[in-house]
Amino acid sequence: MTATIEIRTAPHIRGPRTVERIMRQVVLSLAPICAFFVYQYGLSAAASLLAVTLACLGTERLFARTGSQSGDISDWSATITGILLALSLPPGFPLWMGAVAGFVAVALGKALFGGIGFNVFNPALVGRAFVQAAFPVSIAAYTPSFLPGRFTEFIPSSLAWPLMMPADNAAWLHAMHLDALAGATPLAKWKFDGVLAGAGELLTSLSGHMAVGPSPLLILVCGAYLALRRYLDWRIPAAILGSAGLTAWILFGFDAVRYPNPFFMLFSGGLILGAVYMATDMATSPVTPRGMWVYGALIGLLTVVIRYYSGLPEGVMYAILIGNAATPLIERITQPTPFGVGEARKARRAGTYPLHPSYISREEAGASAPKKRIFRNKPKRTP
Amino acid sequence: MTPAQAKNWDEFMEGIWRQNPVFVMVLGMCPTLAVTVSAVNALSMGLATTFVLIASCFLVSVMRNVIPKEVRIATYIVIIATFVTVVDYVIQAVSLALYDALGAFIQLIVVNCIILGRAEAHASRAAPVPAMINATGMGAGFTIGLLALGVVREILGAGTLFGISLFGASFQPWVIMVLPPGGFFVLGAWLLVFAWWERRKPGADVAEVTQHA
Repeated sequence: MTATIEIRTAPHIRGPRTVERIMRQVVLSLAPICAFFVYQYGLSAAASLLAVTLACLGTERLFARTGSQSGDISDWSATITGILLALSLPPGFPLWMGAVAGFVAVALGKALFGGIGFNVFNPALVGRAFVQAAFPVSIAAYTPSFLPGRFTEFIPSSLAWPLMMPADNAAWLHAMHLDALAGATPLAKWKFDGVLAGAGELLTSLSGHMAVGPSPLLILVCGAYLALRRYLDWRIPAAILGSAGLTAWILFGFDAVRYPNPFFMLFSGGLILGAVYMATDMATSPVTPRGMWVYGALIGLLTVVIRYYSGLPEGVMYAILIGNAATPLIERITQPTPFGVGEARKARRAGTYPLHPSYISREEAGASAPKKRIFRNKPKRTP
Repeated sequence: MTPAQAKNWDEFMEGIWRQNPVFVMVLGMCPTLAVTVSAVNALSMGLATTFVLIASCFLVSVMRNVIPKEVRIATYIVIIATFVTVVDYVIQAVSLALYDALGAFIQLIVVNCIILGRAEAHASRAAPVPAMINATGMGAGFTIGLLALGVVREILGAGTLFGISLFGASFQPWVIMVLPPGGFFVLGAWLLVFAWWERRKPGADVAEVTQHA
C-alpha cells in the first residue's frame, strides 16, 4: 500500500488561525462596542449599523460573483468593514448615505484591488473618506447621546429619502430644549469654541448629552482582549497612542493655553477606535516589528498635526490612510536581518575577517588598480 | 451595403467603439477630467474638439504631399491652432458663460493629443474623404466619452441634466462629483463597466480582452 504524497509549496504546518477565525473573533470583540453605541444613541445607531453592514455585505457578494476577487462574505471581513464604518460615522447619518459609504468602502477600497488581503487602504476609511468629501455637512452633524426617547424614535436626519437632503436636526433638538451646539463633538467644541471636555466624561462616554462615539475605555478593553489572544499586534496601537500623546504633551508643555492637554487629545474623537481597530488591519499595516513602531509613530504624529494645524477638527482618518500608503516603504526600510548575516556584517565592518592563506595584497602583487567596471554584473570579458 | 460603404462605416465606427479615444486609447485626459462637470460643458467641449479634428484632418490630408517631412509636426500645429482660434472666437461670440466655464481648455485643444495623433497617424497618409470620415468617428467617440462622464457627474453633483432639475429642490448634491476626484472615479467606473461588458461578451476570451484594453 502506498501513501499518497501531496506536493505543495510552503508553509507545510497549518495552524488553526484561519482568516475566518481571526475575523470572527474581531467581530465578536466589536459586539460590546456596538451594543454600547446602540445604548447611547438608540434606534438610529442600530439602523445605521445594520444599513452600512448590509451594504458592505451586498457589495462583497456582488463583486465575488461578477469579478475574480478572492474571498466572499463568509470570511467576515466585509462585516468588520461595515461595523467599523458605521461606528466612525455620526449615529444620525442618513441611512442612504451610509449605504453609499458601505458600497464605496468595499467596491473602491477592496474589490478593485483584488479582494481580501490585496487592499492597499483600509476599506472602512476609504468609504468614510468618500462620504466626507461627498457630504461634508451631514458627516459633521452629530447629535447628543442619551437623549430621552432614543429607543422609540429615529434621529430625523437618518430617515432621509435616498438622494435627498436630510432633515435639519436643529429644530428637533430645540424641541427638546437643547441648543444646536449640544451636537458638536468634543474636538469641534475645542477647535471652534475653545471648550475643553473633562477626562472622565471622555473616557467612559457615560456623561449625558455628549456627542461622542463609543467609549474609549470599552474599545481599549475589547482591543486588549484581541491583543492578548494575538489577533492584533499590540505594537501598533501602543505606537500610535504613544506618539500622539508625546507630540501633544510636548506642545502642551510649550504653550498650555493654545494647546489642550495630551489626555484630551488621546481620548477625544476617533483616535482610540482608529488606533485599535483600523490601523491594525493586517493587510494594510507593516508586518515587520520595527515597521509597526514606525507606522504607528507616523500615524500618531500626523493625527496631532492635522488636528492642530488644519481646518479639520479630526485627523485620524487621513493620518491612517497616509500611514497605509507609506506601509510598503516602511516595510522595505525596516527589513529584519536574517540569522547569521548580522555577525558577518559586523565582522566585515571591523575588518577582522580572516585572510585566505593564499591571499596576496595588491602591493605585493605589484599590480595596478583594476579598471573600474561600470556594470557590476556584466561578466568580465576573457580574452 | 457595398464594400466601399462597409469600409467607410468601419472607419467611422472605429473611433466610436473599437478605438474610442476616451475609453480605449485613454487619450486627451486633460479636458476629459477637467471640463466634464456638467453635460453642457462636456457636449460643447466634444463638439468643439470634433470640429477642429475634422477640419484639421481634412487640411492635413489635402496638403499631405506638400508638407516637408521634417517640419510636419510644426505645420500640423499651425493648422490645428488656426481652427482652434476659430472655435475660440465662435464660442466667445455665442455664449460668454460657456466660454468662462470652459476657460483655458478651449485654447488647450491645440495640444490635444487625439487631434495631433489623428493628423500624424491617419490624415497624413489618407485621402481627404476617408481622413474626414475617420476624424468624424474619432470626434464622435470623444464627444460620447465626455458626455458619458458629464451626465453622471452632473446628475450626482448637482441633481440636474443639461440644467434641468431632476429631483427637485431638496436634492443632496454629492460635492465630490464636481471636484477633480469625482472625474477620476466616474472615468474609472466607466472603464470598469466597459471592461466587464467586453469580458461578458460570448466568445470573448480573456486574452482578447487584455489585447483590447
